[in-house]
Amino acid sequence: MRQPISTALSVGDALAGWPPPVLDPAGPYAGSVVMLSWLLFAMAALVVAVVLAALWIALFGSERTKHKLGGPWLVWTGGVAFPIVVLTGLLVWGLALTSNLTAPLRGDEMRVRVTGEMWWWRIAYLDGSGSPVLHDANELHIPVGRPIVLELEAADVIHSFWVPRLSGKLDMIPGRTTIMRIQADEPGMYGGQCAEYCGGPHALMGFVVVAHPAERFAALMAARRTPAARPPANADAARGAGLFRTTGCAACHRIAGTDATGLAGPDLTHVASRLTLGAGILPNNRGTLIGWTGNSQAIKPGNRMPAYSTLPAADLRAIAAYLETLR
Amino acid sequence: MHYASMLPALAPLLILVACKPPPDQRHHLGAANPVRGRAVIARAGCGACHTIPGIWPQGEMGPALDRVAQQTLLAGRLPNRPDLLAAFIRDAPRLIPGTAMPAMPIREEEARDAAAYLYSLERR
Repeated sequence: MRQPISTALSVGDALAGWPPPVLDPAGPYAGSVVMLSWLLFAMAALVVAVVLAALWIALFGSERTKHKLGGPWLVWTGGVAFPIVVLTGLLVWGLALTSNLTAPLRGDEMRVRVTGEMWWWRIAYLDGSGSPVLHDANELHIPVGRPIVLELEAADVIHSFWVPRLSGKLDMIPGRTTIMRIQADEPGMYGGQCAEYCGGPHALMGFVVVAHPAERFAALMAARRTPAARPPANADAARGAGLFRTTGCAACHRIAGTDATGLAGPDLTHVASRLTLGAGILPNNRGTLIGWTGNSQAIKPGNRMPAYSTLPAADLRAIAAYLETLR
Repeated sequence: MHYASMLPALAPLLILVACKPPPDQRHHLGAANPVRGRAVIARAGCGACHTIPGIWPQGEMGPALDRVAQQTLLAGRLPNRPDLLAAFIRDAPRLIPGTAMPAMPIREEEARDAAAYLYSLERR
């Protein structure tokens, strides 16, 4: 099966393209990791070149050259002294370079709790005291130019949070909270992907980080704190709101401001304004909304949402019309 | 056998054979481009409902679209004409009210490109 290419915003974006996202840092935390990588690549290339040259001399060199270069002194210098000096220097330099990844927190950073679930991401924006003020899923909005502290958790198995352009990978381990920092220096969208095999549709567990200018971000957060649910605008959407309750959607999905309070699946309070569906794998339009609702199992086999093959076309359309009002 | 000696005589025939057969007028779409069409289909997420060769995902909500060129009817109702296929891709409910397939957020020429891609799957 082909890899997802259906949206330029998520899984595909996290892993594909030129330059490769993993070598194209967009902030200081990814920057130090990439800088270290380049130095290690260069060192490795140098060592390979020296070893190949030595091998060539050993195989094809003249006796005089071999006699001149060979001997115990080479083992002591090339095999002992050189690695000790170089690796020690590299260790010190590497630790200093990447110290920004583990430096003590100031305490006033914006905090977001990201929980890995099979096979999506639960997002909770936290206030100063660490309690959630806003729930979302599979999409993380941040202001540019500021370090964001992520509290990484896992609900079931080990996942790994990875936005290649914003930082390195960090495991999400059940029962533990790990702290990770990300920062984007330019507004834009940054694809992310689960980087630890977590069962069936692991490869389809993507997400998007969207970095906004500060004032746009503040406006967005204020808008998101007011529930999107209001009396549906048209008859189709109103019927869809009823179906959302009666067909069981509300048992797993929460829509703030309504009696849909399920917590097993992604929060759908603002689903219509999301960039992707199915955890970063599909574009978000009415067609994909209907397709996902009706038979997500064909799209992301094994995911926890059943296929609703019993719903007639009119019901699927009505549910999609309702979800489209949740901006 | 001396096939080699026959080659000069066969050359004119080879040239004829090497030419593509004339495009099927039935599925002629003017300037529509199947390569662009494939990108349109991927970007719009048609694969969420349809299994289409060369496209991810491979949804099973609606019919597989691997043999559109051979179909007599589109969606069981419409004659299989390029203009109708493009129109159906763009705004299905206008042609077949009641279908679960919604209007898709693509432009007219993008719909024609997408139709051209579906017709290009004919000989795979």
